[in-house]
Amino acid sequence: MDIENIYREESGRILATLIRLLGSFDLAEELLQEAFAVALEQWPTQGVPANPRAWLISTAHHKGVDLLRRRTRFDARREELQKLAELEQELAEADQNMRRHDLTTDDPFGDDRLRLIFTCCHPALVLEAQVALTLRTLCGLNTEQIARAFLVPVPTMAQRLVGAKNKIRDARIPYQVPPQHELAERLEAVMLVVYLVFNEGYNASSGDTLIRQELCAEAIRMGRVLCELLPRQQEARSLLALMLLHDSRRSARISESGEIILLEEQNLGSMRWSCACNHRPWSN
Amino acid sequence: MQYLLLIYGNEPQWDKFSETERQAISNEYTEFTKSIAQSGHLRGGNELKAISTATTVRMRDKKRLVTDGPFAETKEQLGGYYLVEAKDLDEAIALAARIPSARWGSIEVRPINPHDMP
Repeated sequence: MDIENIYREESGRILATLIRLLGSFDLAEELLQEAFAVALEQWPTQGVPANPRAWLISTAHHKGVDLLRRRTRFDARREELQKLAELEQELAEADQNMRRHDLTTDDPFGDDRLRLIFTCCHPALVLEAQVALTLRTLCGLNTEQIARAFLVPVPTMAQRLVGAKNKIRDARIPYQVPPQHELAERLEAVMLVVYLVFNEGYNASSGDTLIRQELCAEAIRMGRVLCELLPRQQEARSLLALMLLHDSRRSARISESGEIILLEEQNLGSMRWSCACNHRPWSN
Repeated sequence: MQYLLLIYGNEPQWDKFSETERQAISNEYTEFTKSIAQSGHLRGGNELKAISTATTVRMRDKKRLVTDGPFAETKEQLGGYYLVEAKDLDEAIALAARIPSARWGSIEVRPINPHDMP
């Protein structure tokens, strides 16, 4: 797999773990970029590591500790020193963990995406910000792409994202999966965001059609992640099924010249049923 | 981290409650306050007197302007507050949801930006 694909497929999961380790959205994003920069330099000559995700997390983690060490040398506040000590401890454990695991099959870090989903789709953030932050962090879309997909100027979208991240930090929106008794209610908010992303792509009446098609794909991908992470939630499966069903009609809905074809005139033979049948995100 | 829970309600609606209903709500408030004191969340709080007792002060061009109000034109008025200690926003929201007035009014949850007091 090339680095670009790895970025699209893995950056959400890597970012989720980095936020857990570092306790900061901004720092995690910065270090994610740095780790990929190192990968771009090293992988072409040294080859792609056995477990690229673990390698990237570990690289970003090391860089994070270096960065905090440098920062605390100048500005040694008590909380920062404490944070650094915690990080160093975790880093030592993570390194040991990495050595113990067979990196071709095991995953030393676990999956933190579920907490990231719940933080990004927290009801204390306005809906537009929830959608934007989810696409930015979990899907790895950049600010320009999200702005284009939602037909707003880039600075507006950038502001929306900064505002959301500031609120997460300042109001201390927790980074955790909600307790069982709140899960159903909170999951509803998450599914709304996923469905909004899908709809934005499905109802593409204007704008860059390629990007909007991608939104459908991203929503389905997130739907799969939800099913994978919460296998007992029927509603998550229903949402995925609904999206796959709609998406299977994608190519039948629009003529070659780009006009909408009404349902009774659609060529049902061209429905992409294979898409719905080939992927089973849940295992029985 | 500390949060201020601002309790907004509708005063005319409050006036419509019967004496027994008001007593029941007042008991509920006492119970709630006791329980968050016992759980270690409570840092302070009070009920405010009616908005008709409020006074607004402004300094403009070094002149002091004192007026009645703010007038109760808006649907909901600030009627009281709690200052609580909570580990994160979700814990503060859970406390806010238990305030009796949340059932008919609304609670604004505001994180405190701490400053050193002299």
